[in-house]
Amino acid sequence: MGYNAFQILKEGLTGNKGWRPVWRDPEPKSEYDVIIIGGGGHGLATAYYLAKNHGIKNIAVLERGYIGGGNIGRNTTIVRANYFMPGNSEFYSHSLKLWENMEQDLNYNTMHSGRGLINLFHSDGQRDAFARRGNMMCNQGDDAILLDREGVRKHLPYLDFENHRFPVYGGLYHPRGGTARHDAVAWGYARAADQLGVDLIQQCEVTGIDVKDGVVQGVQTSRGAIRAKRVGIVVAGRSSQVAAMAGLDVPIESHILQAFVSEGLKPTVDHVVSFGMGHFYLSQSDKGGLVFGGDLDFYASYAQRGNLPMMEHVMEAGMALVPALGKAKVLRSWGGIMDMTPDGSFIIDRTKVDGLYMDCGWCYGGFKAVPASGWCMAHLMAEDKPHEVAKKHTFERFRTGHGLMDEEGTGSQHNLH
Amino acid sequence: MRINCPICGDRDRREFYYLGASDYLNRPAEGDLDAIHTYLHIRENPAGVTKDLWHHEAGCSSWLVVERNTSTHEIHSVTLASEVTK
Repeated sequence: MGYNAFQILKEGLTGNKGWRPVWRDPEPKSEYDVIIIGGGGHGLATAYYLAKNHGIKNIAVLERGYIGGGNIGRNTTIVRANYFMPGNSEFYSHSLKLWENMEQDLNYNTMHSGRGLINLFHSDGQRDAFARRGNMMCNQGDDAILLDREGVRKHLPYLDFENHRFPVYGGLYHPRGGTARHDAVAWGYARAADQLGVDLIQQCEVTGIDVKDGVVQGVQTSRGAIRAKRVGIVVAGRSSQVAAMAGLDVPIESHILQAFVSEGLKPTVDHVVSFGMGHFYLSQSDKGGLVFGGDLDFYASYAQRGNLPMMEHVMEAGMALVPALGKAKVLRSWGGIMDMTPDGSFIIDRTKVDGLYMDCGWCYGGFKAVPASGWCMAHLMAEDKPHEVAKKHTFERFRTGHGLMDEEGTGSQHNLH
Repeated sequence: MRINCPICGDRDRREFYYLGASDYLNRPAEGDLDAIHTYLHIRENPAGVTKDLWHHEAGCSSWLVVERNTSTHEIHSVTLASEVTK
C-alpha cells in the first residue's frame, strides 16, 4: 500500500475505511530454511536482511505476542554512534549509517531525525574523558564536537547553568545522533520483510527447541512443530528462558529500565541531552511529549514496571538539569526488561548447538543497534561466520576475559552495568 | 519494595545494595576456570522465584539471602547469609 498525500487526503475524506493491513497473517508452514524467534526490531531486521542481502526467501519470524509489542515499542528512541571500545565503535558506526538510509531502504517513514545529541560534562576529568571519546568517534568516521560551556548554552539555553553541585563545563556534541519513531521502525522492517516473502507469524509462542546430536532440527510452538536447519534466537528480555529450551546457559541477568513521557508540549528540547552525573537523558518526541529516563533499578526483575526510588531519582536529576521540567506533568511511565551482560555489551554469536544462533544481551542500548544487529545476525546465520563489525561480540569473551567491552570501565560483573 | 531484614526489621529498598544471584555463595575452588566462569557470569535468571544476595548497606551491614519473585516483586523470605552458609 502506498503512503502519499493523495491517499491520506482521500482516506481522510472517506472515513479512513480504505486502509488495509500492510503485512500478511500467514499460517505457519511445516518447514522453513530459517526461523527467527522473536518479532521485535532485531528479529524483524534479521529476517529482512537475510532476505535482502543473502537471498534467503523461506524465512519465518515467530512472535509470541504482536509485532512491535516488546522493547521496540517501549524505549526512549535514541540513535547514536558515540561508543569508545573497539568492537562497539565500528558496530554502532555501521548502525548509524544504516539508520541514515533506512527510510529510503524500507520505503517507510521511520521518522529518523538526526537532531544532534549532547552529552554534558561537569568536571575537568569528565571533559578529558569526553575529548578522548570524541577523538575516538572522529577516528571511527563519525562526528563529534567538543563544546565549552558557552557552546552548550547556545544549543541548550534552558539548562540550569547555576547548578553548583554539577556545573555545566561543556558537552560532547554528536550532530548525527538523534531519535527515530520506535514502533515505526518495527512496522517498517515488518512490512519490508513481508514484501520479500518473510512469513511474520504472530501469537505463536515457541515452547521448545528440537536438538538432535548437537544439531538444531526446528522448534515446537503453540501452533505446532516447525522444522528448520537454522534457528536464530532474537528475544532480548527473555533470552535466558528461550536459550534454556536448547539447554544453553547464557551470561545474562534481566533488569528493569524505566522511562517516562510528559504531556505534549510545544517544541522546547531540540536535541537529545544526557546528564551523566545524574544519569538522566531527555528528548522531545514529534508529538511534543518529553521523553526521559535514567538508570536501571539495579536488581534482577521481569516485572515490566519499575520501583519508586529510581523514579524519584530520575525526577530529581531532571529537575536539577532543567528546572522548567517541574511545570510538566508526567503522562506515563513504563519499565522494559533489559538483557544485562556482565560487561554491558551485546552478544551476536553461534551457540554450542549447530545451526542455532543467538542475538542477545542488548543491555539498555538495543534500539540504536536495530539495523546493524539485524545486518550482522543475518550475515552470521547466512554465512555461518561473524560479520566484521560484530565479530568481537562473542560468548567466549566472558570465559577468557579477552576482548571484554566494558564501556563504563566499572568491571565485568552483572550488578555493575 | 521493602525488605524485612532479620536484624533491623522492615526497611525501604534504598537501604540495600543488590549484588546478584545467591550463586555467589558457592565459590568454586581456585584453578577451575570453567567453574569460575559459571560462578561469575552464567545465571539461571529465572522469571519467577529467585534467591539473591542483598547487603543491608545503610543498616546493620548484614548480607542477606532474599527469596523473591522477579515477575511480581513479591518477597517470600529473608535470611541472613551467614545462616545459609553455616
